[in-house]
Amino acid sequence: MTASQARNAGLPIINLLRLKGMPILQQLHLEERLLRTSSENWCIINDGTTRPTIVMGVSGKAKELLETDAVLRDEIPVIRRFTGGGTVIVDQGTIFITFICNKDAISGLQSYPRPIMSWSSLIYKNIFQGIGEFSLRENDYVIGNHKFGGNAQSITKNRWVHHTSFLWDYEVSNMGYLKMPTRVPEYRQARNHVEFICRLKEYMSRSVFIDGTMDAVAAYFALRSPDVDDMQNPSSQFEPSSRILTRQELGEEASMELVGTVSQTSYMAAISSTFPTSKVA
Amino acid sequence: MATSLWATRAASYLRINVPCRGFATVLKDLKYADSHEWVRVEGKSATVGITDHAQDHLGEVVYVELPEEGSKVERGASFGAVESVKATSDVNSPVSGKVVEVNTKLSGSPGLVNVSPYEDGWIIKVELEDDSDLPCLMDPDRYTKFCEEEDASH
Repeated sequence: MTASQARNAGLPIINLLRLKGMPILQQLHLEERLLRTSSENWCIINDGTTRPTIVMGVSGKAKELLETDAVLRDEIPVIRRFTGGGTVIVDQGTIFITFICNKDAISGLQSYPRPIMSWSSLIYKNIFQGIGEFSLRENDYVIGNHKFGGNAQSITKNRWVHHTSFLWDYEVSNMGYLKMPTRVPEYRQARNHVEFICRLKEYMSRSVFIDGTMDAVAAYFALRSPDVDDMQNPSSQFEPSSRILTRQELGEEASMELVGTVSQTSYMAAISSTFPTSKVA
Repeated sequence: MATSLWATRAASYLRINVPCRGFATVLKDLKYADSHEWVRVEGKSATVGITDHAQDHLGEVVYVELPEEGSKVERGASFGAVESVKATSDVNSPVSGKVVEVNTKLSGSPGLVNVSPYEDGWIIKVELEDDSDLPCLMDPDRYTKFCEEEDASH
């Protein structure tokens, strides 16, 4: 549909950005910049990220949420993101879908957490019709009573972002870096991570999920391919807040300070080398 | 308060009852912003928080991001955030000035914003630049009507 056809149909335009393998830190920086400095609607689909990375919500405390000794030993990057919510570990098996919208983009939708999440569940419900028992349960996307996606939001005066990391596949061993959180939904019922979550790949292929998402979004928006140069505009003064935590923030002991200085430098160098700037797919 | 169209459809799909709150408390001695913050002005000093309407719609607050004391705030601009239901929501200042005190109790007890939004849940105190912002804010009756219209349109 062209922009003029979309306007005639009364649908707001959304820029659809398809990515593959963008490092999650770079994705978060892009999302926050678009939230704060763009006036357009955006749907970002990132099919997998690079190395396994832990991503905590804005108020997450590493010592409470992570097995920090193992995280430090294995040099797993830990990012504190700008949105709320819990902790996930993401990798090549994760599919990321993000909506960044003006508050009046969806007719009748109040820009508060629960209405936004309710709307998003209607998007994903369509994809699972006849395939799996999808629902939004205590703010989680589940199939039956197994969680398969972690979602979070950030809401400003006139815009909001809702992003999800879907577990298309995951490594069981990676879940060992995450502790059981102190705040859990009731339906979790003391299950550990592996018992609690499920893989989306058991229900559909990556392409079916991604194509289904785009079809569902097209019911609410007119999709448009964005101008890549606009997104990478270096003149923006905006400084994103999502960042990698240092080894000291992960609880590395002060007595290791001398060794830590060297290890912190090499740790940050190792992390930075796997967060290069990547091209749009 | 009218239930939003999306909440109704989603609730029907999810087979849950959505509780409708009949009203939100609005205090008579405060001024209000259209982004649902309140301000109590006493001379050159102002106290700022979020309204009962806002805390009700946001859900249980689990974290409050506070500004630094001494920082500047500008009318209509964000100075901090609250986290609830997996979301960070900006808190915007109704007035311009300098932050002279932040409510440090919110670090250990963020839920004060829910249970006492106009008293113990205050967020910042501001030394006002001047009183030129105040005419731009809503009085209690206008804010009550604003909330009713906003809820009815969704």
